[in-house]
Amino acid sequence: MTAVAERTTDTRSPRDRLAGHLPSLRAFAISLCRNGSQADDLVQETILKAWSNIEKFDPATNLEAWLFTILRNTFYSSLRKTRREVADSDGSYAATMVSAPAHDGRLAFGDFQRAFDVLSPEHREVLILVGASGYSCEEAAGMMGVAVGTVKSRANRARKRLAELMHLADGEDLFSGTDGATAAVMSRSVPSAA
Amino acid sequence: MNAQMKAQIDENLKRVYQAALSEDVPDRFRDLLAQLQAQDQRQGDPIKDDSK
Repeated sequence: MTAVAERTTDTRSPRDRLAGHLPSLRAFAISLCRNGSQADDLVQETILKAWSNIEKFDPATNLEAWLFTILRNTFYSSLRKTRREVADSDGSYAATMVSAPAHDGRLAFGDFQRAFDVLSPEHREVLILVGASGYSCEEAAGMMGVAVGTVKSRANRARKRLAELMHLADGEDLFSGTDGATAAVMSRSVPSAA
Repeated sequence: MNAQMKAQIDENLKRVYQAALSEDVPDRFRDLLAQLQAQDQRQGDPIKDDSK
């Protein structure tokens, strides 16, 4: 039987493995769109394209990376249409939307999320691929269709932009002014890489 | 940008991604996959190549 599988094993046909990638596809879509219903439409379109083009998938390669590639290409081709109407792809309007961190010095996670929301999609994409989901710059370059050097420089610019949006001067600690209590919270929530 | 700031940004990026990853997947996607599966079976498309 080919019911939707509960486990992820690579011996199943790629189509049977699609369901297992729904959470990460959706997370990537949400990261790009920052809008739930738009993200869901994007996931749906990705599934349909993946299903009908499954013979183009090389089983020796990473299925998630292949799906992410379809998703981001679909996203950008629809974005190109929208961008004719909406100028500003790099958040110049958006910079005003992020308030300065409260002057108790603590940067809440909510502030980080707001800053992330107003990055350009290209910046969100590269940061999610190499910063959050653990793809190498080489893998990300393949998915994004650009050179490895472009991935690296774009990721650096994106991190810099995030810091700007959060009004952090270079060298300033992200959680600057952290008092003892906050430090304790941070060390609990952020597992330290020993 | 110093290494510590980069590490803190990446730590927060992981939290953003994890938050999205831990959301429940809407039923519509599993329904869609089931529909696609059923459609292919009706068309006699051999989608099971893992049965040998």
